[in-house]
Amino acid sequence: MELIKLKNLCKTYRLGEIEVPVLKGVSLMIRRGEMVALMGTSGSGKSTLMNILGCLDRPTSGQYWLDGQEVGQLSADDRAMVRNRKIGFVFQNFNLLTRTSALENVMMPLAYTAGHLNERECRERAQALLERVGLASRLDHHPSQLSGGQQQRVAIARALVNNPPLLFADEPTGNLDSATSEDILKMFQILNEEEGITIILVTHELDVARHARRIVRIRDGLIEDGSVEADTGKKTVHMAVSQ
Amino acid sequence: MKQLLRTLRMALNALRRNVMRSALTTLGIVIGVAAVIAMTEIGQGTSASVERAIKSMGANNLLIQPGSASSGGVTFGSGSVVTLTPMDGEAMKRECPALAAVAPIVRARVQVVSGNRNWVPLYIYGTTPTFLEVREWEDLEEGENFTDRDVSNGNRVCLLGKTVVRELFQDESPVGKEVRINNVSFKVIGVLSRRGANMMGLDQDDMLLAPWTAIKYRVSGASLASVNQSATVVQDPSQKVNTLSQLYPSQNVSLYPVPSASQIANNPQPVRFVNVDQILCRATSGEDIPLAIEQITELLHERHRIRDGQPDDFNIRDMTEISRTQRTTSNLITRLILIVALVSLMVGGVGIMNIMLVSVTERTREIGLRMAVGARARDILRQFLAEAIVLCMLGGLMGIILGRGVAIMVRKFLNWPTEISLLAIIGAVGVSAAVGVIFGYYPAWKASRLDPIEALRYE
Repeated sequence: MELIKLKNLCKTYRLGEIEVPVLKGVSLMIRRGEMVALMGTSGSGKSTLMNILGCLDRPTSGQYWLDGQEVGQLSADDRAMVRNRKIGFVFQNFNLLTRTSALENVMMPLAYTAGHLNERECRERAQALLERVGLASRLDHHPSQLSGGQQQRVAIARALVNNPPLLFADEPTGNLDSATSEDILKMFQILNEEEGITIILVTHELDVARHARRIVRIRDGLIEDGSVEADTGKKTVHMAVSQ
Repeated sequence: MKQLLRTLRMALNALRRNVMRSALTTLGIVIGVAAVIAMTEIGQGTSASVERAIKSMGANNLLIQPGSASSGGVTFGSGSVVTLTPMDGEAMKRECPALAAVAPIVRARVQVVSGNRNWVPLYIYGTTPTFLEVREWEDLEEGENFTDRDVSNGNRVCLLGKTVVRELFQDESPVGKEVRINNVSFKVIGVLSRRGANMMGLDQDDMLLAPWTAIKYRVSGASLASVNQSATVVQDPSQKVNTLSQLYPSQNVSLYPVPSASQIANNPQPVRFVNVDQILCRATSGEDIPLAIEQITELLHERHRIRDGQPDDFNIRDMTEISRTQRTTSNLITRLILIVALVSLMVGGVGIMNIMLVSVTERTREIGLRMAVGARARDILRQFLAEAIVLCMLGGLMGIILGRGVAIMVRKFLNWPTEISLLAIIGAVGVSAAVGVIFGYYPAWKASRLDPIEALRYE
């Protein structure tokens, strides 16, 4: 069953009089539990697609079903709720709150969920997540006291705190050295395999994209390759590698 | 409730992340509120002491004078009939609850002699010990006030004003010495504190106070004689020596033949043995003056048997001019304080708005992030508003402490009167919260309007 289904999605930006079509009818299907890399050069519409998939923006036309819910035309507040409940974000530059402990960074999104959890439960949940990403000993450290890899792990823990079915990673290794990048990507793979979290890796590096089981390529606002899952995930990876 | 606590905690966390900036931001409000509190306390103290000063000029005083006599259409002006008695005064004290103190006054204007110096004081008042209470003049420079016993015995004791002391004793202490008032020797038992001139420019220190019985019966027997026609007229021997007295007779000239004993017995005159020239009293407060006038009028109507419709045989004066001065002065001070307070709070509020606007720009990425993880526009609005309000409230709190401190210092080191004002404290906290809402709203609104995509990309 699919988690994400795009049907003929278009996005047109308006710069004064001129209309700039960025996405020209994208159709895409991503199943629950997949790990997909979204690739494309800059200007290909990759970021726009990611913003729409991440419910940060809405499409000009076309449909977008997320988890069985049509989210394409929701209001800003409703999209915020969807983001909160169903999507976790990991950014290239971590985007952690400065001078705030790792634990509180992870707890931050919980402040916007309906207050069904009390302070202690929030803390426990955040702590468990930090332990899982291997930062049990650094709960009280501030971002400035953490290495890049550790910061990104805090960001991953934060993305997972609301138990979302979908995790977006926007160039998650862009600011990391290769060894740390490998660690982080491993962690995504583990999360995908063990927890069954659907992961969308947005990247322009093939090395990073290879860690995914499927690669979706975008060029000039259209999906060039990989819009539906091939027979098996393995095969896709091989295909990508062979390229 | 939970939501509120969470928002509050978030605001506090955000402020704690940049303590220095928060402190500087809130400094405007701290100073604003401190200024308000200090100004109000100092201003109220000043206002109260100005009010006290004006009150001591007699703002709450009421003067009851006998009415005007008239004969054949000719009136003789206020005080030309004698209708007031000391008993009226006592009854007023007893039966008018709106009066704080009552003192009858007997006036005289005669020469006072001490050793080889002499002087004619502007005021020689025969009165009761409550006179000083009525005029709020209880703080004697030295010595003590005379007593009720002195009044009932007609004792020859007196209090002197500073001017009289200067003229008669050249500023030596007169207490215990004797002065002769119209050739009657009085013992000085006290000196009044300095008062200066009154509203009309008359020197209030040029005063001699003595028991009214002594002044009336021992000094100015004439005022009794003029009323009580059956009293024997004492001819002043000095008058007989002066040849001018034939030309300008100053003493009572008998226009009628002296009545014989039997005539007096046949036509007894109604005799009012004692009368006073005026009764001075003080209302309990400025607002009670109309009530006091009403009560006195009613009482005197009853005591003087004046029916409705008949003209009063007395009139009551209040010090409208002075009490108006008092009101305008305290209004002026209050308004001045209000303006200063508003200006300083405005400045503080604008400061908060500036820093909050800067803070919104600086934290654009944070706002984008918060929106990406699911904060709605109104969550962001609430968060920034909460920060502004918390800042203002903290500032207000510190301002109160600082302001109180300043007021206490002023009182201690400058000896300026201050008065703690609960209203100012409540008002300052309320206004600082309001400033937080008003000046925090625009930055918060701006933050909430941010597009999460733009905000996340912001460098």
